[in-house]
Formats: sequence, C-alpha cells, structure tokens
Amino acid sequence: MEHTSFGDQRNATFSLTEEDHTLANALRFTLNQDPRALFCGYSIPHPSEARVNVRVQTTGEPAREVLKDACQDLMLMCQTVRSTFDKAVADFKKNP
Amino acid sequence: MSSSDSGSDEAMTDAQQQKGFVSALEMPDVPSQKLQPHLELRRTRVLCNADAPDNTDTIQYSGAYASMGVDNSLRLDQFANNFRVEVKRLTEDEMEFDMVGIDPAIANAFRRILLAELPTMAIEKVLIANNTSVIQDEVLSHRLGLIPIKVDPRLFDYLSENDKPSEKNTIVFKLHVKCGKKGPRMTVTSDELKWLPSGSELLKASEDSNSSSRAETYTSFTCSQDSLPEFSSNPITVYPDIIVAKLGPGQEIELEAHAVKGVGKTHAKWSPVATCWYRMLPEVVLTQQIEGKTAEVLKKKCPVGVFDIEDLGDGRTRATVAKPRACTLCRECIRDGEEWEKRISLRRVKDHFIFTIESTGALPPEVLFTEAVKILEDKCERVISDLS
Repeated sequence: MEHTSFGDQRNATFSLTEEDHTLANALRFTLNQDPRALFCGYSIPHPSEARVNVRVQTTGEPAREVLKDACQDLMLMCQTVRSTFDKAVADFKKNP
Repeated sequence: MSSSDSGSDEAMTDAQQQKGFVSALEMPDVPSQKLQPHLELRRTRVLCNADAPDNTDTIQYSGAYASMGVDNSLRLDQFANNFRVEVKRLTEDEMEFDMVGIDPAIANAFRRILLAELPTMAIEKVLIANNTSVIQDEVLSHRLGLIPIKVDPRLFDYLSENDKPSEKNTIVFKLHVKCGKKGPRMTVTSDELKWLPSGSELLKASEDSNSSSRAETYTSFTCSQDSLPEFSSNPITVYPDIIVAKLGPGQEIELEAHAVKGVGKTHAKWSPVATCWYRMLPEVVLTQQIEGKTAEVLKKKCPVGVFDIEDLGDGRTRATVAKPRACTLCRECIRDGEEWEKRISLRRVKDHFIFTIESTGALPPEVLFTEAVKILEDKCERVISDLS
C-alpha cells in the first residue's frame, strides 16, 4: 500500500493491492458519509492488475485518519449486519 | 461519525417553551430536519417510468442536503436502529431474506464476496491412469472440477506452491469404472468418486528402479483423514447424480482427483454459490382510484397478478395492489397510453434488498452469508493495520 501526498496530509491517494470494487465502492460510501471528506473516489488503473486507487481529500484532518475511520465504520456496520442477521435466522429457525 | 446535539436541543426547547420562549430552531422559516416529500421520494425511490427508470442513483454525500438543514451523514447508532433483516425462506441449500436500511454499495459488496471470495474445495488436479472413453482427458477433468464437494472448507488450508499435498490441504478421490464387454452403455455419475482418506494410491514413477526406500505417492499424508475427529463420523462426499461421462462396451476410466481450497475469482468451480442475487423491493402505487371496467382491464394486464379487485359494496368495484412483491417491473400496466402512466406509479425502494442465496452444498446459505460479512470485516482490518 502506498500513500502519496505531496507535502499535504489532507490530500492523498491510497493504492490498495489485491482489492477491487468490492471494498473500494463500500469504502467510497462510508467516506462520502463522513462530513470531514471533501472529496473521495476510486479507480482501477488497469483491469489486469489487482489494484485500486482510493483518493481522499479532507477539510483539514489527515486523509489517512479519515480513511482509517471509514474502514472502522464499515467494520462496525458489518458487525451490526452480522448480529442482526444471526438473530433473524435464529428467530426463523425457532418459529418458521 | 458526526456529533449530534439534537438531544440536548430538544431538552432546551422543552424548558424554554414552558417559560414562554420560542427557540430559534422552531421558527417557521428555519429549515426543518425533514426533507420535503418530493425530495424524500427522490432520495428513497427509483421511479420506473414507461420510457426508462429515473432517479437510479443513491445520494451518498453527507452534505447533499446541507442547504435544507438536513444532515445526510451516517451515524452508526442510527444505522443499527434502522437496519432490519427478515428471513423469508430457508432450506438446506437456499435462502431468501430481506435486508432493509443498507446502502447498495455494501449489499453489493456482500454479493460480490459470496460469488468470488468465499473459499471452497474443488478438484484441481486429475491424475488419469486410463481413459478409453470418448470424452477427452481435459474435458473430463474440467467436468470433475465443477462437481461440488460437500465439506467445510474452513477445516482446510490453502495449498501454496511450495507445499506438499498433505491431509491439511488436499482431498483425494478415486474413480474407477469399466463398462462390460457385452451389454448396454454405461452412465458414470459423480457418486462413483470414492474418497481416499489416506491420500493418493498412485505410485510416482521412480528413476532409480532398485531404490530400497518406500515408493512415493502423489501426496504425503502424515495420518489418515478419517482418523481426524471432524471427518471420523461424516465421510467426505460429493454432490450425487451428476453425469460425468458415458462409457461404451469395453471402455474404462481410472483416475485420481485431488481437490484443494480456492476462491471463485480464480475459477468459478470454487464459488460456494450456484448463484446469489438481490433485487430492490418493488412498490406499486395507484395514484388514482381505478374503478369498474378499468379495474378489470388493469387486473388482466399484469402477467404476475399484482392487482386484485375489491368490492366497494354499492355495486362498485375498485383495483387494489394485492401482491406488490411479485411485481417484476415489466411495466405492462403503464404501457397503453399516457392515462395509464398517470394512474399507476411503479417504484423501487432503494434501501430494501430481497437477497437470495443458492448454496452448492458445501456450507448452508446462512453460514455463507455470515462468512461473507466476516471477509469484508477482514478487508477493513487489513487496510487499518496497513495504515497504522
């Protein structure tokens, strides 16, 4: 993973290897939902290379921290989804 | 994510109102916390018009409605309160459930992971000792690869390039069938694959013919797999009744198939689902009262029977929406001229997903979904640890 910022912590591109739309699109969603993110987007530079570039520009905080928080949020959402789903399945098995 | 002081605001306004104050936030020209109905419709619904669907994107940006005083940012507590899962159908290898209150970006991530990133076991290497059937070796191998193996992939490791095939990363099957010299042609099905818990039985050709060491096979198992507690009472089987080949009189197939762990993005044979898809909940709204003959026409128009007719009592009847979930959005009901488009509004709820998972048999569908969610969590964790 690279972190390219030209002397400015607020704007950065993160190059995630071995990732694709699956993670990048979900991350773009959580980043967009963060009021600290001025801009975010992702691109896959070449389809035969397993790599995705995530661009983050923030209102002041280091882009790295905002991206980390976005991952954290996505993880917490996944945990909510998992516990809600498990509960729904258990309820269904009890009385279908 | 963003802090909210609305709780304390309300407490203050309550106290102030008792004293006869009116909070500035309560004044009529101050934007309310709710979107206007036409905007709320565009935010939450896809409009399926006669010519094309409209308003298909989701509004993700947190400040999208800032000018109206509405915060569009995500709060996890809000998400946890609104998120809902409802199981509709659950069998051994298929399930349908509703997932409400989640963005398509995340629902789609789950779907993509289920299809391409959940590991299973599949036949990767086929050692053919004899094949006199009409089906060529490579075609036969490909067919064997696609047979689902009923085993929990979490009990196995990946076989990397430098690893030797062992009881922790390889499952070996034997197939030996021969059609009698006289008699009818024979159909070979996947049940003929017999599990070899002690590994390969084929001997490697050794260059040194008078070597005293034990002849080597194509696997190096340290113990038999059926001595392991997880397999001792449930032997590994494959999906039965899949036709593998047909043999004419006197033809024979003898081979050994080695299954390893892999993921669907390498090859579809490792995909744990037959398929997995979601659709947004259809919403059918009658914008006008449809009565009498017109109602009859409407009921007939719909090929999946979404509409029904209700008796109003005084000899009048009107159309109702009985089964909106069955709607396929074929738009047949709004096809015959503009008046029909005015009568009915077809929509889709943007955050309500009808998710269907069809498992191939390795794991039950509900386990597949929780495993998929765990994989997305692992991906996030990897990014976080790389950034720290």
